[in-house]
Amino acid sequence: MKVPLNVKNKMFQKPAKDSDKEFKIGRVNQVKLLSFPYIIWMVGFIIIPLLMILYYGLTDRDNNLTFKNIALISDPINRKALLLALELSLISTIICLLLAYPLAMVLRKNHKTSNSFIVLIIILPMWMNFLLRTIAWQNILEKTGIINSILQFFHLPTLNIINTSAAIILGMVYNFLPFMVLPIYNVLVKVDKDVINAARDLGANGRQTFLKIILPLSIPGVVSGITMVFVPSLTTFVISTILGGSKIVLIGNVIEQQFRLGNWNTGSGLSLVLMVFILFSMAILSKYDKESEGSNLW
Amino acid sequence: MTDNKLINLENISKSYGDNIVLDELNLYIRENEFLTLLGPSGCGKTTTLRIIGGFETPDQGRVIFEGKDITNLPPNERQLNTVFQKYALFNHMTISENIAFGLKIKKKSKEYIKDKIKYALKLVNLEGYENRMPDSLSGGQQQRIAIARAIVNEPKVLLLDEPLGALDLKLRQDMQYELIRLKNELGITFIYVTHDQEEALTMSDTIVVMNQGYIQQIGTPEDIYNEPKNAFVADFIGDSNIIASTMVEDRLVNILGTNFPCVDTGFGRNQPVDVVIRPEDIDLVKPEDGIIQGRVTSLIFKGVHYEMDVMANGHEWLVHSTDLFPVGSEVGLYVDPFDIQIMNKPTSEDEEAVEIEE
Ligand SMILES: Nc1ncnc2c1ncn2[C@@H]1O[C@H](COP(=O)(O)OP(=O)(O)OP(=O)(O)O)[C@@H](O)[C@H]1O
Ligand SMILES: [Mg+2]
Repeated sequence: MKVPLNVKNKMFQKPAKDSDKEFKIGRVNQVKLLSFPYIIWMVGFIIIPLLMILYYGLTDRDNNLTFKNIALISDPINRKALLLALELSLISTIICLLLAYPLAMVLRKNHKTSNSFIVLIIILPMWMNFLLRTIAWQNILEKTGIINSILQFFHLPTLNIINTSAAIILGMVYNFLPFMVLPIYNVLVKVDKDVINAARDLGANGRQTFLKIILPLSIPGVVSGITMVFVPSLTTFVISTILGGSKIVLIGNVIEQQFRLGNWNTGSGLSLVLMVFILFSMAILSKYDKESEGSNLW
Repeated sequence: MTDNKLINLENISKSYGDNIVLDELNLYIRENEFLTLLGPSGCGKTTTLRIIGGFETPDQGRVIFEGKDITNLPPNERQLNTVFQKYALFNHMTISENIAFGLKIKKKSKEYIKDKIKYALKLVNLEGYENRMPDSLSGGQQQRIAIARAIVNEPKVLLLDEPLGALDLKLRQDMQYELIRLKNELGITFIYVTHDQEEALTMSDTIVVMNQGYIQQIGTPEDIYNEPKNAFVADFIGDSNIIASTMVEDRLVNILGTNFPCVDTGFGRNQPVDVVIRPEDIDLVKPEDGIIQGRVTSLIFKGVHYEMDVMANGHEWLVHSTDLFPVGSEVGLYVDPFDIQIMNKPTSEDEEAVEIEE
């Protein structure tokens, strides 16, 4: 077969710009300059306070080096508070994940316009003060609160979950759910439709496509969602104070109390222990995150 | 290529809202054929391919595969594979895991999969890339992996949606040869989508020219190039002079006031027609030897030939010639009767979208 073809015009190619390189160097300096305010912020409000906690945690009132503050975690009360905090925040995180993932999948499937509305509804509570929202739950759940008033009106048995672990979990899930939904939703919408089509094309059914393609690709979102729910749940003292009454004490409450009583050294020591737990859990998560990017999920 | 019809599209229509993308499309694809869907952006090529692949269902009409109606069969149950325009590789898997995906789903043995990966990588010239990640590969390499991932499943038909669209000219040409070689080696049917007419002419057994959801012409590359059925096809396939003219009688056409001998018959007397003359079919000669005379108004060097505009009979004629005629020179234009292609004028806009029986 011989068909005459057009020959692409090669005569008018532009020469590369000389100024490109200078421009790049200029940009690097500019970027450095722009990050300067943040660096000041970081040093002043993150690094220095951290160093102070480290210092207080490792010294006694007379500024002598000691591990007593840290060892206080083995005190039965403190240990119980830590274990309970770990348990409740773990449960809340799992509940958040179970609620958020299906929701994010639905959002992904839906049309874009209705999505922004649903996302708005998820974010809306965050526009109200955190404390206010939690106190509102207290009013709803109280023995003579809204739910029980309604139940009593219909002569139904009342609900007694205020000042229990259940109430705290409810508060945690309610407050931190958006932080699970948004990162998962963000990774899911970025999964190319044709990548899913390709899996289907290669013979995978809906379930296989989810398990082998969608789920592994969404792991980074799940990991950051877990971090963003687990860490504030583990350290909270507001939710447990308001919804847990005086009976339920989490490690956050213990630390807050120590600072309130002026025991900065003890408070800092326990904070350091808590920080180790957080760093440890994040290390596990980030390892899992890396693995999913690599392979071996089969 | 055999005469056996492998896929038959019957009366396919598809719209998105008010936008009618395909309107009563009829098309068959033969076993072992290299069929190309060619047309401007938005004409419905991808939509046609997606209907064959099972990613879209038509509003109306049927898709027949080896005599069976597969219109509503999900993609994972069809015996064909797709190479997507933007590769669509699984970025969380290595190259060999990507290639093995379909085979693992089909529960093939480890040995079989290993052999297949090796064979496929050899076929696309990427041996030794087993453990690389997709995003560490260049565009052309990723494209070849996408092809390897599809062909290990031994599909009867491979659907390719502008697979070379993202590559540079040189790589594109190399890949064109690779694809033709692959097709011959595998002995399977290719349905290929492109909006690049050169690519379509070089690679295909059959070209389907589409516009606005209608098939304009189906034919071999030579047919399409030398005997375009209407002005759209003529204009889309390469440069051409398309001039509204009158058929004086059989074998004589009046173009811009001058009678040209031609070879076409059966158009009737004094019938308005469109005439297509390819720029390389116009010979520039001494003024007295030409059928008409004109003056060169512009000249561009194009590498293998010169492209000239010649003003004659009040029309700018596009001429390709290896001989140089400077701007301003008086020339004669001669066209061989065989090189004048006469087409019926469309009487309405709809008729521009003629349906053609092959
Ligand atoms: N999912 C969709 N929703 C709405 N309209 C769509 C959708 N997919 C395609 N279309 C419309 O259908 C028409 C044909 O699209 P198609 O993708 O088939 O074109 P194409 O021939 O492949 O073009 P290109 O060469 O640009 O890829 C376009 O007008 C497009 O806007
Ligand atoms: Mg397309």
